[in-house]
Amino acid sequence: MRFRAKIVDVACLNHFSRIINTIAKLAKTCILRLTVCKLYFILSDKVANGGASMWCELSQGNFFDEFQMEGVAAEHNEIYLEFVPENLSRALKTAQSAKAVKIKLTNKHCPCLRVAVELPSLSSSSRIVTHDIPVGVIPRRMWNDFKEPRVPDFDVSIYLPVLKTMKSVVERMKNLSNFIVIEANLSGEMNLKIETDLVSVTTHFKDLGNPPWASEDGCQSSAQGRDLESMAEACIDIKKLQQLLAGQQVNPTKALCNIVRKRIVHFILLHEEVSLQYFIPAIA
Amino acid sequence: LSRIGDELYLEPTESGLSLRAVNSSRSGFASFLFAPLFFQLYEPGSAGPETELFRCKVHMKSFLGIFRSLPSLEKSVGKCLILLKPRASRLVLQLHCKYGVTKTHNLAFQECERLQAVFDTQSCASHLCAPARVLAEAVVHFPPTLAEVTLGTGPGGKISLRNYVEDEAEPSKTMVTELWLAEDEFQSVAVAPGSHITFCLKEFRGLLSFAEASNLPLTIHFDEPGRPVIFTLDDTVLEVHLVLATLSDLESDSQSPSTNGVSHLPAPSDDFADDLESFMADMETSEGGSERPSSPTFPLRTPRTAESKPEEEQEEEEEEGAVPGTPPHKKFRSLFFGSVMTPGRPGPATTQEVLAEDSEGES
Repeated sequence: MRFRAKIVDVACLNHFSRIINTIAKLAKTCILRLTVCKLYFILSDKVANGGASMWCELSQGNFFDEFQMEGVAAEHNEIYLEFVPENLSRALKTAQSAKAVKIKLTNKHCPCLRVAVELPSLSSSSRIVTHDIPVGVIPRRMWNDFKEPRVPDFDVSIYLPVLKTMKSVVERMKNLSNFIVIEANLSGEMNLKIETDLVSVTTHFKDLGNPPWASEDGCQSSAQGRDLESMAEACIDIKKLQQLLAGQQVNPTKALCNIVRKRIVHFILLHEEVSLQYFIPAIA
Repeated sequence: LSRIGDELYLEPTESGLSLRAVNSSRSGFASFLFAPLFFQLYEPGSAGPETELFRCKVHMKSFLGIFRSLPSLEKSVGKCLILLKPRASRLVLQLHCKYGVTKTHNLAFQECERLQAVFDTQSCASHLCAPARVLAEAVVHFPPTLAEVTLGTGPGGKISLRNYVEDEAEPSKTMVTELWLAEDEFQSVAVAPGSHITFCLKEFRGLLSFAEASNLPLTIHFDEPGRPVIFTLDDTVLEVHLVLATLSDLESDSQSPSTNGVSHLPAPSDDFADDLESFMADMETSEGGSERPSSPTFPLRTPRTAESKPEEEQEEEEEEGAVPGTPPHKKFRSLFFGSVMTPGRPGPATTQEVLAEDSEGES
């Protein structure tokens, strides 16, 4: 099992760092899955995470100048590692002016991702900073725990409002309540609501648009059969929503959410080179 | 100085005004000596045949409060007068500002013993000098909350900085960051090969930002683990010393550095030991998941009887230049840093010696 990768381009490095920062805001520990073409950051919906789960996927070719991976076995040419994304975020934080960043899987005293940053210096040789990030190697028998989650059978799918606006609304609401209700309909309308003993606040968004989903032999019923005005709602932990929105450092190309009433809200944020899905279960 | 201690010691001397501080565990001491030329007027007072120049200590916070906002001070204050009035029991700070405004602050002080750490840069085996900027750029890679850092020397003359991981922390869970600097980044390098010391980064950062702001090169004098590390800044009108205790390397104290594998910090190379195949095989077959891998070798710091040589300490001369003519009343001994967590508890005399005795209130 081997892994070595290198980033030389400054823009790629910045972009990769921003992604890691976003992941670090969403998960204290997560799984890094490496394949020949892609990297995945996975958080499975264990109770410890408050039931939230995450699936983030990016093509290595868009970031790395060199990428070599040999999985655990020929038929299973993948590597699953458990790590703390905050460590990687910190390692990359001071690497923004680096000439090159190399990442390598090593096992000197324990399995680590070694991030070696080559920094410019006034002297003849570059400065080298290495960060050894401890990782846990996930054995093959546990890989099934980390499969890509299916898109749920949603009641409503809707594009999100401008994330910056949504974030500032949610941040203010967070001061008043621990839970927030997201509801939306197939006419492009979304409401964010909080309700406490003393106060209830609702923010209305309209003309958001509903993404077209290809119907799969009738399991997503076509729009005609449904009441376009009827709202599908789910009450979720406001902190999780706020973390998701706060972690977005760059505006996604597409941002939408799928609501299964009273069950789960599935967020999909698409950028050119990376896609992020985040599932927040509804509070009963 | 406020990063070190809560009390500011003011000692006027013939060679200038010395401002000093010591931390509560007596493991860190700093002194700033401003030469008379630094001031527009400098009158240390007169010492009689039986009296010394008056010295005192004040609350750091009270003193700092007067100089709270540097930018606004620079704009509005023309002169600052510091006056020690022993008979009135007041330290007077007078800021003469624009438009005829005078702000007078009267601080209560406490008389105190002379605060002097015993150290001698000449007797240190290793010396490094670098522009403050280089060290600041090095230190930025470590998290602001990091308590201790290990400075070491490696092959090829490279100097390394590495975060110190305590024994209690699980090595397989803690991120280790290591930075390598080439010899030519330093203005001068005279180090004993294979040497390393571990000291408190937080206290060092304070001096580092001062050095950066004043654009002065910083010199690091160090010796064996356990002996204090001394940071100095020199200017025509200012002499700064920061003395920090270092972690005692109890196991290797009596051994030469070359026999202790820990001292050899490996140089950064691309050939890391890649033993993942067998590790994976172990993991697949073992029942409870992965076995705990062996922790990285690092000096143990269980405070056993230190192999220290107390008699050596007492022979140490006090630093020339930092000691004016008057000899101290007490014999100060240097510190062995037994434990990070333990505040200065009085351990057995051989293991924990005090850097500066508590002032007793009587002169």
